[in-house]
Amino acid sequence: MFDTLAGTLLRTTLTALTALRALRRNKLRSSLTALGIIIGVFAVVAMVALGNGTRASIESQVAGLGQNMLMVFAGSRRSGGVSGGLGSASAITLEDAAALRREIPDVVASSPEVTTTAQAIANGRNWSTTIAGEAPEYLVIRDWALASGSMFTDREVRSAAKVAVLGDKTAHELFGVLDPVGQTVRVGNMPFVIIGVLASKGAGVGGQNQDDRVVIPFTTAMKRITGDKYLRSVYLEIGAADRIPIAQDQITRLLRQRHRLLPGNPDDFNIFNQQEIADTVNTVTSTLTLLLGAIAGLSLVVGGIGIMNIMLVSVTERTREIGIRIAVGAQPGDIRIQFLIEAITLSLLGGLVGVLLGVGTTRVIAAASTFKPIVTMGSILLAFTVSFSIGVFFGFYPARRASLMDPIDALRYE
Amino acid sequence: MSAMPNVIALRDITKVYVTGEVEVRAVAGVSLDIRRGEFVAIMGASGSGKSTMMNILGCLDRPTAGQYLLDGVDVAGLNRKQLAQLRNHKIGFVFQSFNLLARTTAMENVELPLFYSEPVVSLRDRHRRAREALEKVGLGSRLTHRPSQLSGGQQQRIAIARALVNSPDLLLADEPTGNLDTRTSIEIMGLFQALNDSGITVIMVTHELDIAAYCRRIVIMRDGRVLEDRVNATPNRADERRAQLDQEERDARIGEDRSGETQEKR
Repeated sequence: MFDTLAGTLLRTTLTALTALRALRRNKLRSSLTALGIIIGVFAVVAMVALGNGTRASIESQVAGLGQNMLMVFAGSRRSGGVSGGLGSASAITLEDAAALRREIPDVVASSPEVTTTAQAIANGRNWSTTIAGEAPEYLVIRDWALASGSMFTDREVRSAAKVAVLGDKTAHELFGVLDPVGQTVRVGNMPFVIIGVLASKGAGVGGQNQDDRVVIPFTTAMKRITGDKYLRSVYLEIGAADRIPIAQDQITRLLRQRHRLLPGNPDDFNIFNQQEIADTVNTVTSTLTLLLGAIAGLSLVVGGIGIMNIMLVSVTERTREIGIRIAVGAQPGDIRIQFLIEAITLSLLGGLVGVLLGVGTTRVIAAASTFKPIVTMGSILLAFTVSFSIGVFFGFYPARRASLMDPIDALRYE
Repeated sequence: MSAMPNVIALRDITKVYVTGEVEVRAVAGVSLDIRRGEFVAIMGASGSGKSTMMNILGCLDRPTAGQYLLDGVDVAGLNRKQLAQLRNHKIGFVFQSFNLLARTTAMENVELPLFYSEPVVSLRDRHRRAREALEKVGLGSRLTHRPSQLSGGQQQRIAIARALVNSPDLLLADEPTGNLDTRTSIEIMGLFQALNDSGITVIMVTHELDIAAYCRRIVIMRDGRVLEDRVNATPNRADERRAQLDQEERDARIGEDRSGETQEKR
């Protein structure tokens, strides 16, 4: 028993060596054949790494939104079928925001928000940035720390004080390495005293830079800059995560009642929680990843067909060799395994190079940008399993053809 | 030794090929016994069925009807796998076009049958036996040469070494001198004669009478049947023929001595 097992093993090893030598003889052809698999595996590995990286970065961005947060946006305004986008409808008022804070028991913090874009001028420099009118609780809800100075107070909100807290990016653009606290920034021709600078938070869920902003009291923003009496949105923090669905229901009911919406009319506002935001973005990236993955998979199939093609050519070319081997005592199985090993070796080598290329590319991306693709052991194993299977699948038919050759014809083949 | 046993016993062997609607009886009822140690030439024009006979004898093809006992074993009862092992152990093939693996050394070519032997032959045994076989055919100094680096005669010697490496009962040669010049043909026939003298059974297909003249028995086929089966009481001796050839060449003052090998033996 052991003897036959060891014998089979030895025989297979020798057959594998023969196969390897055949591949080495046709280096150019072998590498061109493997190219299809290389590209396919490379694409799969890179796609999975990019997908994983995107998912991870979305998750961290969503976590960066703050704990147990709800965002109530004014609905989209439609005019002639054209949707104006979230917050474009003038639907949520300051009174709505106050009512939410007052009447929904689970709301522990809230911040009405108005935003606009304006030039900020300070220190002799000029920077176009987002002006965000918020309440002091905004920082609590968003779990956002200050790098220096302090946030404005409720008193400053009530008095519509001209004070500003700069985002990290804006502070850097206007003041460089200087500490802006105590300096003045002009927004819409109005001087604001800078009382604080936010810590850096990085890219938001939509990919925009959250650090490029000037945060001022929402009262000041509405009275002195936008002149608008409607809000873009309201940020709410809910006391406990398991209360979020209930709070969402209550908010919906309250706002529909305040807006006097009849049953059957659609909401003129939208409520998002972190999970929904994450899900939305994830759906988009997953679809994209799936699409690219399908293309990568297709190129694997094409690569496999390339291997089959070359193996068929190789079998025909070596008809005589096959005849000789059969004449001197090779069994069909010996011939089959020889060609099968050739095909598998081709596809596995292609897989190896593809994985190396994929990992290398993700390293380059990681080094050259802030985006971090994640290569998992699973995707590498998958790549190898797939390329092995391709070798077996597409190598089997040529190998079988070789093994079924008639030695008499094969020996006479010119 | 008990009355020379038959290596080959053929009874009414028939082979019919069907191509489309035409039936071709390539072999039509051949009965033949070949004893151990014989040196047989199977002769015939093309279409006489001699090649088909060779394929059947070599277990590369099965007869349509009739019985073939190889060394007492009925070949009809064997499956593909068993036939492969039978070829491996009992039969050595030599072909007209040598049929060596190109880009593979002489040693590796000769080792090829051992590769497929069961039980498995160890690496060291393979090398030793291949070297011995190559020495036997006079190529002990060409072990690592590739076929393309060697002359036709030398390539055929490798093929013969490959046929011998597994110590077969039977050496089957299909027009072994068909691609060789006269002098080399004589050398190869000399090798066959030497092997036959040492006890190996040799069966050779040829259509050349002067090649068949080296054999001790001549079977002539026509239209798939044995036309004549006679003993050649006075086979040509390759060494004598070569000496004669040398003499002729000297007389005609054509060609110098070709190789050191020839000089040595003279």
